[in-house]
Amino acid sequence: MHSLDSYLFISSMLFCLGVFGVMTRRNAIAVLMGVELILNAANINFVAFSKFNGMNLDGHIFGLFVIVLAAAEAAVALAIIINIYNNLNSINVDDAAELRQ
Amino acid sequence: MDNMMITLPLLILFLPLVSFIILIFFGKKLPRQGDWVAVGSIVATFFFALYLFIQMILEYDPGVSHGASFSWIDLEAFKIDLGILVDNLTVIMLLIVTLVSSCTHIFSLKYMEGDIRYSRYFAYLGLFTFSMNGIVLADNLISMYMSWELVGVSSYLLIGHWFEKDSAADASKKAFLTNRVGDIGFFIGIMLLYTAVGSFAFDPIFDSIAGGDTITGLTLTLAGLGIFMGAVGKSSQFPLHIWLPDAMEGPTPVSALMHAATMVAAGVYMSVRLFPIFTPDALLIIAYTGGITAILAALIAITQNDIKKVLAYSTVSQLGYMILAVGTGVYTAAFFHLLTHAMFKANLFYCSGSVIHSMHHALHKVHDEKTDPQDMRNMGGFKEKMPVTYWSMLISTLAIAGVPLFSGFLSKDAILAGTLAFAQHHPEHFLLPLFGFGAAAITAFYMFRLIFMTFHGKPSMKDIFKDIHESPKEMTGPIVLLGTLSFFIFYTLPYFNPISDHGWFTDLVVPQTSAVPGSMTANEIAEHAHHAHYLAMGLSIAVATIGILLAFLMYVKNVISPKKLSDRFGFLYDWSLNKFYFDENYNRFLYQPFLKLSETVSWLDWDFYDKYFINGFGRITNLLSKLSGKFDYDGIDQGLVDGLGRISGVAGENLRKIQTGRLQNYLLYVVAGILVIIIIQAF
Repeated sequence: MHSLDSYLFISSMLFCLGVFGVMTRRNAIAVLMGVELILNAANINFVAFSKFNGMNLDGHIFGLFVIVLAAAEAAVALAIIINIYNNLNSINVDDAAELRQ
Repeated sequence: MDNMMITLPLLILFLPLVSFIILIFFGKKLPRQGDWVAVGSIVATFFFALYLFIQMILEYDPGVSHGASFSWIDLEAFKIDLGILVDNLTVIMLLIVTLVSSCTHIFSLKYMEGDIRYSRYFAYLGLFTFSMNGIVLADNLISMYMSWELVGVSSYLLIGHWFEKDSAADASKKAFLTNRVGDIGFFIGIMLLYTAVGSFAFDPIFDSIAGGDTITGLTLTLAGLGIFMGAVGKSSQFPLHIWLPDAMEGPTPVSALMHAATMVAAGVYMSVRLFPIFTPDALLIIAYTGGITAILAALIAITQNDIKKVLAYSTVSQLGYMILAVGTGVYTAAFFHLLTHAMFKANLFYCSGSVIHSMHHALHKVHDEKTDPQDMRNMGGFKEKMPVTYWSMLISTLAIAGVPLFSGFLSKDAILAGTLAFAQHHPEHFLLPLFGFGAAAITAFYMFRLIFMTFHGKPSMKDIFKDIHESPKEMTGPIVLLGTLSFFIFYTLPYFNPISDHGWFTDLVVPQTSAVPGSMTANEIAEHAHHAHYLAMGLSIAVATIGILLAFLMYVKNVISPKKLSDRFGFLYDWSLNKFYFDENYNRFLYQPFLKLSETVSWLDWDFYDKYFINGFGRITNLLSKLSGKFDYDGIDQGLVDGLGRISGVAGENLRKIQTGRLQNYLLYVVAGILVIIIIQAF
């Protein structure tokens, strides 16, 4: 079986990719996808710690909750993006800077 | 019965005050300007006083005395009780005050008709009557002193009733200030007695003095003289007599009420009331003060031409008589003279008021504004035109001149007998009876000079003579009443002897021996006076006859020409005409130096102290404030407070640049922050 470290390595890679995506992408949809990656990195951590530290299925249940919440979050975020598009005719996050001083 | 003797005097005391309060606030709104309130209340008090008087006559007991008091201030160590004392003296005095006051009110209805301050005039009369009754009813020095001052105030207000005239305004100030001089002495006397005895009430003071261990000798003499100074001021005695003749600037009824019959008698009343505290030394000074006043004022009255001035000086002279009587120990005679004098002198003033009123109208008809309606040289021959006034005035003049069958004779005789008896036992004081008899002769002379110049002879101003007329009933009423009261019979009942003062008065007011140990007893004094009685009577009739005869020869028969006499004794005449230059000398030796002193003090205060000391302080403070202001504004405000603001401003200016509005920038800061935290955690 693989050790905990390899799971953590994958999840931290995934997290870094997600952060990178969120920080560098200008497309709002891409940013949203980066956020999904970060959430899933956390999911992997939950499940990995649950498995290797003998915590029964607690981590799995948390992972399921995160997936559900991510789905809800995606729905809200997409609705916001559609609204931004309707108003600004673009989904570039840099254009949505109305509150800048 | 006992209750009645307290309630009625209280009513008599406070009714005029109520009238004053009503009139001063609502006088102008009431119908007839509220004169009926004043007249009604004062006539009511007269009837109350009359009731008390009748009760006194019915009881016929010289020892009657009722009193009531309450504690006004009680601080354990310091205690003042106020109260009233009602004995025969009080009842007689109350009757005098309310009777003359009633007459004055009724007389004023016509005399003051159409006056611009009609209601206020009656209000002040009420205030005066209240305060005068306060003096009469006082059973202690404090309430007497308070009423004393109130009387001074009402006198000030009434003398200055026509304050548009400068002379009236000045006269009122002069009266008030001259009275103040006496009142200071009065107050010092009260305090001397209080510190020694520890009480303000009369009885404890008398008892304590009689005990002879609290206050004796020089202190007691000084206390008595201090208190007597109050009487000197109020009763217009030498050397403070200067205010009374000027006080004639007030309306004539006021002169009759206050400056002839009642207020100026307050000093005599007080001396009589407090007679037991005077030491023989003090009494001697009192006697000389009275004697000098009597003769001096009489000498001045000879040459005055203003009808009211003559009466004013005669008042001063008669008050001198009363004080002389107090000084020689026959103080009940002084009070008796106060009683008779109040009646005939008030009447003389009403009569003069009636004459002036008539003159005024006559002059007004011919549009003569320049002629003085009070100058006797413009009168003459009014006898037929004003018979009621003439006869009444003649009767009162006979009374004041001391002619038998009239009231003045009885009281004057009692005083002169007392004075003569005093001199017989103290021959070194022979001047006192000389003053007395001299003043009696002169009084007879100048009073008949007044009568002859006003009512006899030929009219000196023919154009106004036809308009001279008798005064209306409101004015002749009091004149007839008081004229009648100048006959002897009202004072000697139940006896009918016209040459002896023995009557209800001497039965009811019995002299008490002075409380000062070692004084002559009242019996001794009475005994001595009794021995001197017939001699004094003969002498007083003789001097009165001489005076009247002289006036008759000079002003009716013209045998002796007054003009030639005055030319012959030029400087004496000038002295008398100019009132012995009292006012001028006071001005030169008292007022002017005092004004100079005031100016010096004012220079010290204003030009020196204020300018250098006070202003210096101001300047230093100003400088300090400027320094501290500079520190506060430039240092704290500009540096510290504004600096903090400026720092925040600059910081904000720079920090706002972080706020880019780019989502990913913010995220970058978050990640960087987390990294920093992780790195810190790692170590």
